[in-house]
Amino acid sequence: MAYVAVKGGERAIDNAHAWLADARRGDPDLPALTLAQIEQQLGRAVDRVMAEGALHDRRLAALALMQAQGDVTEAAFLLRAYRTTLPRFAAGEPLDTAAMHLRRRVSAIYKDLPGGQMLGPTTDYTHRLLDFALPTASPAPAARRTGEPKPMPRIGDILGAEGLMEPDAADPGSSGDLTREPLAFPAARDVRLQALARADEGFLLGLGYSTQRGYGNTHPFVGEIRVGETAVEIIPPELGFPISIGDITLTECQMVTQFRGSKTTPPQFTRGYGLAFGHSERRAMAMSLLDRSLRAAELGEDVVAPAQDVEFVLSHCDSIEATGFVEHLKLPHYVDFQSELETIRRMRADAMRGALTEAEAAE
Amino acid sequence: MTGALLSARGLSLAFGAIRALDAVDADLWPGEVLAVVGESGSGKSTLLDVLSGRRQPQAGIVWYRDPEDHLHELHAMPAPRLRALHRSDWGFVHQNPRETLRMNVSAGGNVGERLMAQGARHYGDIRAQAIDWLRQVEIDADRVDDLPRTYSGGMLQRLQIARTLVTHPRLVFMDEPTGGLDVSVQARLLDLIRGLVARLRVAVVLVTHDIAVARLLAHRIMVMQRGRVVEAGLTDQVLDDPQHPYTQLLVSSVLQA
Amino acid sequence: MSGYNFAYLDEQTKRMIRRAILKAVAIPGHQVPFGGREMPLPYGWGTGGIQVTASVIGAGDVLKVIDQGADDTTNAVSIRRFFARTADVRTTTRTGEASIIQTRHRIPETRLREDQIIVYQVPIPEPLAKLEPSRAEARRMHALAEYGAMHVRLYEDITRYGHVSISYDYPVLVNRRYLMAPSPIPAFDNPKMHMMPALQLFGAGREKRIYAVPPYTEVRSLDFEDHPFRATRAPHACALCGAADSYLDEVVTEDRGGRMFVCSDTDHCETRRSAREAAA
Repeated sequence: MAYVAVKGGERAIDNAHAWLADARRGDPDLPALTLAQIEQQLGRAVDRVMAEGALHDRRLAALALMQAQGDVTEAAFLLRAYRTTLPRFAAGEPLDTAAMHLRRRVSAIYKDLPGGQMLGPTTDYTHRLLDFALPTASPAPAARRTGEPKPMPRIGDILGAEGLMEPDAADPGSSGDLTREPLAFPAARDVRLQALARADEGFLLGLGYSTQRGYGNTHPFVGEIRVGETAVEIIPPELGFPISIGDITLTECQMVTQFRGSKTTPPQFTRGYGLAFGHSERRAMAMSLLDRSLRAAELGEDVVAPAQDVEFVLSHCDSIEATGFVEHLKLPHYVDFQSELETIRRMRADAMRGALTEAEAAE
Repeated sequence: MTGALLSARGLSLAFGAIRALDAVDADLWPGEVLAVVGESGSGKSTLLDVLSGRRQPQAGIVWYRDPEDHLHELHAMPAPRLRALHRSDWGFVHQNPRETLRMNVSAGGNVGERLMAQGARHYGDIRAQAIDWLRQVEIDADRVDDLPRTYSGGMLQRLQIARTLVTHPRLVFMDEPTGGLDVSVQARLLDLIRGLVARLRVAVVLVTHDIAVARLLAHRIMVMQRGRVVEAGLTDQVLDDPQHPYTQLLVSSVLQA
Repeated sequence: MSGYNFAYLDEQTKRMIRRAILKAVAIPGHQVPFGGREMPLPYGWGTGGIQVTASVIGAGDVLKVIDQGADDTTNAVSIRRFFARTADVRTTTRTGEASIIQTRHRIPETRLREDQIIVYQVPIPEPLAKLEPSRAEARRMHALAEYGAMHVRLYEDITRYGHVSISYDYPVLVNRRYLMAPSPIPAFDNPKMHMMPALQLFGAGREKRIYAVPPYTEVRSLDFEDHPFRATRAPHACALCGAADSYLDEVVTEDRGGRMFVCSDTDHCETRRSAREAAA
């Protein structure tokens, strides 16, 4: 019989996996990458995978990147699926980013400010010319680092001292966690920030950009971007006081935005907030633009643009959810397609019968 | 206030320093058309929102009498009851029919929606009722399957009226129903509304800035200025012999036009 | 598999999911939000169904997994392997032997029994999604049972085509109260849900919703009195087993349009064929 069903699914999957492993390794005569190489030399990719994977572990992120052939979304997915199986020992205390050991700190709203501007390792002023000598270059000379790192006040605190910046919201005590409780609308700012912190960087960037082009403008200024190391502390119940469990690298962006005031609040600056694992300025900036635009409703502004629509943004920002649902279209759908076939054949037959009757009537 | 469909006492609502409603009373009896007139900013649209339960007043109370003759405090009704009320015993005709019509659904589907929401499950009956209502608003029966986007502005407004009246509501709120239409189209629509309202004995709260519309349709009239009712009474009486200077101004400006 | 709990999920997560399932059973057709976890399979591959199965499966269960009605489609194989590996349970392709059947897009032709559970993988749990994209507003519509707009959709179809053109994921009213998406099963399968003896569980992983139809519950496909719901199938008999009442796949056999029709439910087809051979 000519009929060959899609049999042998088992063997097909095994073969596919073997082929993939082979493709991943590439030419076996070339030395394999090491995790340390990925972690050290592809640091920005590692940072992004940690952010979207919502897990701070450079080594695991490097492993995920290796396993995913450098596919950042796939690597983040691997990290997420691992993260979800981990037990929870404690929740961290709020991070004190004012006490951050800075390697970079820039403000666009003050020429100079307490603590000064600090350029740090940046591509901001790099001419984007391919450096053909890079592959064979000898190690770069060590950069001169200026002085000892010292804590610097955050821009919000400086503006806040004059009453020009909205005060921080009162500590809610505990914050929501969308990995435990499904997203519900309206979503509070803590949950929104969590969703944005894990969101797809391209999505954040595109929607943040849209606010600058008139779709929900917030009149933003970069109050401050800071990159550096911050201690993570927990309070073990048996101790009752905070202990540090290690330092992580973070990028924080405070976007200073306009607010015209309302019945109860005088005009003042408002804050859009962005925070990302590792050195991820684009991500932190886009996130802070979106954080502010998503506050439109609570600040009494008209909600007219996609970037202001909490349900729209939060429902579609997650790269793992998005890639899963888009890519699932390649799974078999032939049962549904068969029923569509029957329906469309029936409709075409009806339509042709109708046309035929009309033609006969015209004769 | 025995027998009144809707009774409001002492309605007040301020937006900051602006008093949109200032101690407003109103009553509406079955089958009666009450016009609320005034310039824009006079508070008439806010009054419509408060009377229809879509907006909460800061002070005052609105009573609604249901078909079983029970009284309800409108703004204390739970949201599901109020939504159900708006789908059955009440109707709302907006100035812009595109706000309420489903523009991607046929005229018949638009008219039939309220019937289906009430549990009608016979396609043929629903369609027959839709055709009947299209006729009543002077739309050709053979347009029943057309999408509203193929309709003219006047037809859209008549379609919205058919969609609203199909469940035989006892009370319909109308917000500038003839606004935005050509004068000739307006006249025909006003004629139609007057005929339908008289025949169906439906009570109407009509908000308009147009004295001529009020004169043609309304039994009684309330004149509003800066959130207050400055004059109220039988339409002819108020318009032929206005007592308040503001009403006199409104009436004279129409006569000059 | 070492390093992981029985059936992958930790027991606390399973308890959370079972609480959601109990609530879903108590309110037939109502979507219960649950704290869905990331699974090692992508969203859209059945993460909701897998979490539901993982939460109800025990060591003594026998699992059958189908996709498009077949046990040997790649995704069904992959999910069956997942449970064989993480729960070490017995698996089967026989509908009658299974205590849990996880499915994507079909209900088996064999009538299910009281001692069986069928777990549906659901991509979009919200039946109103195409009419009302905001889930917050759709929730309100469910709470108030405002389903007029759905009937308007059917009315429009009849007006335009003479019949309802929805051929899969055909909306149903459960227990005369909640409008429910049956997942993208063909409308042909809808009547099987009505008064089914087996417990029907629905899991949507990405949308983080669980819903259920308890045994022997009324499940009505939306329709009009004068345009009653009709389950349609390709007007052929299965080319392999001759069944004239099963749902059929159309298989294109050559590039000049040659085609044949065979049972979508592979177990049903094989059972019929071996019975015929035994009789011969």
